[in-house]
Amino acid sequence: MKHLLTGALRREDAISLLDAAEDMHEVQDRQLKKLPALRGRTVVNAFFENSTRTRSSFEIAGKWLSADVINVSGSASSVKKGESLRDTVLTLAAMGIDGIVMRHGDSGAAQLAADWLDVSFPSVRVINAGDGAHEHPTQALLDAFALRRRLFGAQSRGRGLDGVRIAIAGDIAHSRVARSNALLLPALGAEVTFVGPPTLLPPGADTWNTTVTTDFDAVLQQPLDALMMLRVQLERQRGAFVPSVGEYIVGWSLTDERRAKLDDDTVIMHPGPMNRGLEISSRAAEGLQSAVLEQVTSGVSLRMAVLYSLIAGEEPQ
Amino acid sequence: MSDAEHAKTVLQGDDFARMLKRIAHEILESERGADQLLVLGIHTRGVPIAARLAQLLGRIDGAEVPYGALDVTMYRDDLASKPTRASRPTSIPDGTVDGRTVVLVDDVLFSGRTIRAALDALADHGRAKAVRLAVLVDRGHRELPIRADFVGKNLPSSRSERVLVQLEEIDGTDAVLIESPAGDIA
Amino acid sequence: MTTIIRGAKILGGETADLLVEDGVIAEIGRVSAEGDEIDAAGLVALPGLVDLHVHFREPGGEQAETVATGSRAAAQGGFTAVFAMANTSPVADSVAVVELVHDLGRRAGLVDVRPIGAVTVGLHGERLAELGLMARSRANVRVFSDDGKCVHDPLLMRRALEYVRPFGGVVAQHAQEPRLTENAVMHESELSGRLGLPGWPSVAEESIIARDALLAEQTDSRVHVCHVSTAGSVDIVRWAKARGISITAEVTPHHLMLTEELLAGYDPLYKVNPPLRRDEDVFALREAVADGTIDIVATDHAPHADEMKRTSFEDAAFGMVGLESALPVVLKTLVEPGHIEIADVARVLSSAPAAIGGLTGYREPLAVGAPANITLVDTADSSVFTTERLAGRSLNSPFLGIELPGRVQHVLHNGYRTVAEGKVVE
Repeated sequence: MKHLLTGALRREDAISLLDAAEDMHEVQDRQLKKLPALRGRTVVNAFFENSTRTRSSFEIAGKWLSADVINVSGSASSVKKGESLRDTVLTLAAMGIDGIVMRHGDSGAAQLAADWLDVSFPSVRVINAGDGAHEHPTQALLDAFALRRRLFGAQSRGRGLDGVRIAIAGDIAHSRVARSNALLLPALGAEVTFVGPPTLLPPGADTWNTTVTTDFDAVLQQPLDALMMLRVQLERQRGAFVPSVGEYIVGWSLTDERRAKLDDDTVIMHPGPMNRGLEISSRAAEGLQSAVLEQVTSGVSLRMAVLYSLIAGEEPQ
Repeated sequence: MSDAEHAKTVLQGDDFARMLKRIAHEILESERGADQLLVLGIHTRGVPIAARLAQLLGRIDGAEVPYGALDVTMYRDDLASKPTRASRPTSIPDGTVDGRTVVLVDDVLFSGRTIRAALDALADHGRAKAVRLAVLVDRGHRELPIRADFVGKNLPSSRSERVLVQLEEIDGTDAVLIESPAGDIA
Repeated sequence: MTTIIRGAKILGGETADLLVEDGVIAEIGRVSAEGDEIDAAGLVALPGLVDLHVHFREPGGEQAETVATGSRAAAQGGFTAVFAMANTSPVADSVAVVELVHDLGRRAGLVDVRPIGAVTVGLHGERLAELGLMARSRANVRVFSDDGKCVHDPLLMRRALEYVRPFGGVVAQHAQEPRLTENAVMHESELSGRLGLPGWPSVAEESIIARDALLAEQTDSRVHVCHVSTAGSVDIVRWAKARGISITAEVTPHHLMLTEELLAGYDPLYKVNPPLRRDEDVFALREAVADGTIDIVATDHAPHADEMKRTSFEDAAFGMVGLESALPVVLKTLVEPGHIEIADVARVLSSAPAAIGGLTGYREPLAVGAPANITLVDTADSSVFTTERLAGRSLNSPFLGIELPGRVQHVLHNGYRTVAEGKVVE
């Protein structure tokens, strides 16, 4: 694996990343949270779209691995000044960096960046930190990592998520998290169900490796190992996807009543940032079942594993 | 060439066990008992050797000797020049080496670079009272000013040869082998 | 001035000589006169090709194409007349701009450049442009289009159809319901869902075509549908024609050959509007040309400077160049599979678009007494299409690297040679 652009990984590659993340996770318990693996390496966080949490997570991951981490943000970048995305990417690469962690509002941006760099700067690795409504592979990997730890604890290493039942609920159509999870989780053996309003399901979702439904309560009646709630983007309400916030809550929110019906060991997840009271109630977000903060912690370990795996060594011949 | 063709067994079976026992006795003698000892194996083959050594130490001294595993992958000085190596879990009882006398354990001591990485890794887990090094085989050719405190067997070898330690836990048998490249049989 | 074309296969059939005198085809048969000779042994003689839909970008977009460079691309592709769309900057919504484009075409002198007038002022879709004045200008505009944008207001569309009828004008509609295609960049499908790209559903095209067909019936006026791209649109046009509605339709070469799968790598080269669709659409479009439901092939030649394509897919410009590859793609997708004969190429790429656009001199392909607009093609040639075959200013062709049949060898425009031995004559 040269770049990490998609959640469509081979099972063994995914598991080896998750296992590496287990090793990285151990670093978080140390007083001295630093590994020298990426000493002398430079990683640029190129965030053409704002995201404090993902950027911070990558920044901490890079710093704990001793990489020099540079942040280039959307507002400061030259893209706004009319420089083409291609020129910006090549300009950064020309400064002798080792990796670009890229967040961009347009689907496929990371793929294109990798294609351009493969021609001009073949040693530079690209990590997709979210491209438009397409993919967010490190989020899917950290979801898998956090869930695996929840389910298997110290016996996690080497395992997939075989037979694990996961429902992903909310705005699937615009969610890059849902797309990456739809590719990664089934590759690890999990059974994934998408549930959301019919207007927020992507075209052709029935051809994905998932079950698709609009009936949230029916999904909750089936046994579930994990329930992942997606952020509802309020600004999309203008697009008339759902008649009202109230109707959304009645149909698809993880309310206290719905949470009460869940099995006690169903793990509740959310990629954040959460709209409390909209797609998830405060109690559901904070209860013992919630893995929301573990997801955040896991994000650093998983991203350390990704940075290490892609950047530390030479590219395999 | 197949391994068997040019591989020579140097040590196996009971000799192997006696060698470990001797190292254990030397450690106890030198450290005046097993108190405050912590045995840490370096991946891969150092880990089961450390476990055996800790058990031997415990049996001889009559006290439980803690042991664990140390991954030095992230601390290697050749990370950037080779394909990325997979990391291994580090496990240190109580999570710290503060105040302990750490016995680092590896199978073969060669250039000394792995031990250098291990010392760096160890430093990130606290401040040990002292660090000792125990190896099954010292084959020479050091590239750093590092020496072992406890050595099972000194095995002078040429650079082109490979010294292999096989362990029951991993390989199904205990043995030390020396392997020559084709056409270079000593 | 006399030119004799020796031994060409007339419309792919009988071998004959063509005598060209004073810009007119004077004789077809065994010509004994003397003059400039063109050895056309083995070449097929077609009438000069006519493209009802090109974007020449001038004024305002000269870094991508000018009327002069676009004319070169047209000549290289075997064309002798083109209709230049109105979405320039400023928009061709006034006598001044259409006359400017007309004059620039004259000056370039390689093909007849017929400006298309905007239907609405500034393409804003709010009020009618001065359609009658543009028709009466020396640009003699007969085709009106807001191409790039849809005249989506039904009342405005009705008024435009009513207004152009007395002077024989036609409204060429870019059929795209805007609300159904907000931010859309590719065909809406399982693939768009996976790629996370906003989809452009077929119904957004089909619903406008259906509405416009009914409006054309209501107003007894002519409507032309630009770049039909879906099987459903074909059905609607077929229905409208059967009902006797004055509707004509075009298809682009790229929609006859390429499908959405090309977008999987997010290469903006394949970003075009309407978008590349599915195999079943491609087959339906080919059959529609064969049965006459679709009247013509038009390129929608849309040059873009590199920087407009070297960016993210969503950010990149829509469009691809097509003049130089049009005839080869038509041979590959329509003639080779047997949907149409070579003689039909003369219809779909010359006489029919000329008739829709009100262009005289193309009514009967290669007729004695008609202006000598002649394209000689080596149909036996098959070669990889490269940038060397592109004569315009931009290189955004989706056909580069693909083996295509047919190569334009010589072109006569009103008796003057504009292409010789496959190269544009400057």
